Amino acid sequence: MAKELLSGNEAIARGAYEAGVTFASAYPGTPSTEILENVVRYKEVIHAQWGVNEKTAMEEALGASFTGARALVAMKHVGLNVAADPLFSASYIGATGALIIISADDPGMHSSQNEQDNRHYAIAAKMPLLEPADSQEAKDMVIEAVRISESFDTPVLIRMTTRTSHSRSAVELGERQVPPVPEYKSDFFKRNLLPGNARRRHVLVEERLKKLAAFSDGFKYNTVIKGKKRIGVVASGVSYQYGREAFPDAHFLKITMPYPFPVNLFRQFAASVDMIYILEENDPIIETFARLALMVPGEGPEDPRRGGAAPHPKIIGKDVFPLLGEMSQDVIQASLGLKDLTPRFDCETIPKRPPSLCAGCPHTALFYNLNLQKINSRGDIGCYTLGALPPLSAMDTCIDMGASITSLLGIEKALAKADKTIKQVAVIGDSTFFHSGITGLIDVIYNKGHSTVVILDNSITAMTGHQENPGSGKTLMGEDAPRIDIVKLVRDGLGLEHTYEVDGYDVKAIKELLKRETLRSEPSVIVVRRPCILLYRKAKWSPLRVDSGKCTSCKLCLRLGCPAISSDADGKALINETLCSGCGVCAQVCAPKAIAFVDEKGLHSSTITLETYLSGDRS
Amino acid sequence: MKTKSILICGVGGQGILTASDLLSDVLLLAGFQVKKSEVHGMSQRGGDVISTVRYGDEVFSPLPALGETDYILAFEKLEALRNVNYLSKKGIMLVNDFEWQPLPVASGREKYPQLIETQLKKLAGKVVLIPATRLAIELGNEKASNVILIGLLAAHMEIDQQLWIDAIGKKVPPRFKELNLKAFEAGFRFRP
Repeated sequence: MAKELLSGNEAIARGAYEAGVTFASAYPGTPSTEILENVVRYKEVIHAQWGVNEKTAMEEALGASFTGARALVAMKHVGLNVAADPLFSASYIGATGALIIISADDPGMHSSQNEQDNRHYAIAAKMPLLEPADSQEAKDMVIEAVRISESFDTPVLIRMTTRTSHSRSAVELGERQVPPVPEYKSDFFKRNLLPGNARRRHVLVEERLKKLAAFSDGFKYNTVIKGKKRIGVVASGVSYQYGREAFPDAHFLKITMPYPFPVNLFRQFAASVDMIYILEENDPIIETFARLALMVPGEGPEDPRRGGAAPHPKIIGKDVFPLLGEMSQDVIQASLGLKDLTPRFDCETIPKRPPSLCAGCPHTALFYNLNLQKINSRGDIGCYTLGALPPLSAMDTCIDMGASITSLLGIEKALAKADKTIKQVAVIGDSTFFHSGITGLIDVIYNKGHSTVVILDNSITAMTGHQENPGSGKTLMGEDAPRIDIVKLVRDGLGLEHTYEVDGYDVKAIKELLKRETLRSEPSVIVVRRPCILLYRKAKWSPLRVDSGKCTSCKLCLRLGCPAISSDADGKALINETLCSGCGVCAQVCAPKAIAFVDEKGLHSSTITLETYLSGDRS
Repeated sequence: MKTKSILICGVGGQGILTASDLLSDVLLLAGFQVKKSEVHGMSQRGGDVISTVRYGDEVFSPLPALGETDYILAFEKLEALRNVNYLSKKGIMLVNDFEWQPLPVASGREKYPQLIETQLKKLAGKVVLIPATRLAIELGNEKASNVILIGLLAAHMEIDQQLWIDAIGKKVPPRFKELNLKAFEAGFRFRP
């Protein structure tokens, strides 16, 4: 069979194809996004869709499983918090067709607000957990998960991490299994979790776990690799790879199914070595099970103090290795005092390169205005979280998906009790608003809040790399879809009278709306509209230029934080004509009118409208 | 063969991931086991980007250890300096002679470091600077700078030149094939 270099996420998608999956859903989130983007390559045989959030995506996959179809749902680690409700119910219900849940965790927080360890979810929801160590295993684990799911009547959680999702290694491609033919058959006692039914299901869940524990002991991917020294390393996921480099001579117990823990396999391994290092990212999950496995009196390797043959090996885990951030061969060796990580060159002495909003980003003018008007903003999750960084510095809080609107209301109400008020707005993107902003906005209206919510509608899920959403008019499979218009939804659907629409490039209009609406003692919504500039990657934009004779070095344009604008040695503004898209926002803020289009008749991003974007070619 | 490591760094949008994909393809064609890592998401919005490629008979970690990288291919000078600690003392540092001001510099809050080349020479086994951005503009497309840099890397590695040419042919759309082959040639033949 052919071998290909695949990322872990591509391998998961390939695994879904080969395992006969016919339904896949997800909400995008780094590092999980590319799973569904690759599943859709098999759209002839797999229905693939974006859910509006992780909860809907999981429930849709569960529904598909009811019919006997094999279903997969993918999300980032914090997305599983949103989907936790159906996760726990799904465990009781089990799987008719396989139900595979992929959680892509982000140790080190490359693109996330926390580094929670989602292996805890498998334990809490009492379902099997698989943790691949490279792309080949990522593919293999989907196939194994389907088998486990259908044999044991259980959903299966696969934990990926940033490194397994986003590193590429060779994968052997296989044939697709023939998928089961879906058919809906009622099964009231199994799928209707009335308390009476749920009590019966819980008994089965506990029995299932015992059977799975025996299975884990014999699971061929929980495997021992012989070494030369009597040192043992127990590792899972990408930590196994780091371990092989840090301990080239050790015996390894590679655990691909950490839960239920292969207790007997571990005990045999422990009896063959003098000490054990446990390598895992974030929390001590394998370590806790390992220590417990050796603690049970009469069941572990016998304690010599009680007349047994072998002493327990010493276990080294999170007492030495860090709980925080990613593991690596360097981290392992430094933790053991075997490598000095003091850098030869001190990188703290050079300027950092923080990410920033793009040149021509339709969010810039809003944050510029918030900053100038000193309006405190509640942020949310998306590109626009970058509005928190200098020089825009216009975001005070950022919590989780949708929390901009709800935290805004909480602040407003708590202050009102003491007859206080602050000038504040919530800032949320279109996809995040669909995901979990709508419910918060209903709370604002229902509880008679008077805060202002700004919805940045760039007609795409931008941060994760341009996924379609209910407002973009297309599905994941590339089909036309009804476009949900946020202005109509809020004004006509929720009946919010003070709903306004403004162009993201119109500095003055945004300024006036913010001024007026933050003073209003009724709730209001400002929809700032304009498509993401990166939707037009192929466009040859005609730029703006600074007339240095007119520039007074006031640096107002630098407060936009536009990556195309810098200043020369005399403090005069300079525009990088390659990066500039011709949005014209800087020309609007320039007091001495020193910035103008190089070619008035050229193609400028400012002349593109939402309508031309929606109706035409998006390149 | 002992596992070797290559680190590619630069600024989001410079074509770093395409370059590391191309490199991985070539190493796979050359018969090595290959692992590649990259990070997506927030850092790609004008932030610094790193991709690493490791190859050999049996490769475990997709990430190189600090001070043990054999080659660094830097698409921007400041990013070369930022990642120099990964390079081994004998390692080869190949740098695009191109400065891209990060936002703290562009907005006048900080200064772009001077004498980067001098500092790199103190820390690397060998340093080669190539005006890849300028050469790409001369070839008619600034975006081809990544393939010029790949050409320079190829000149320092012992892998059959034809494998690189084959991999480029497979990777790029037909209408850009000629441009990219010229770009590869320009980097491969470059003499400082």
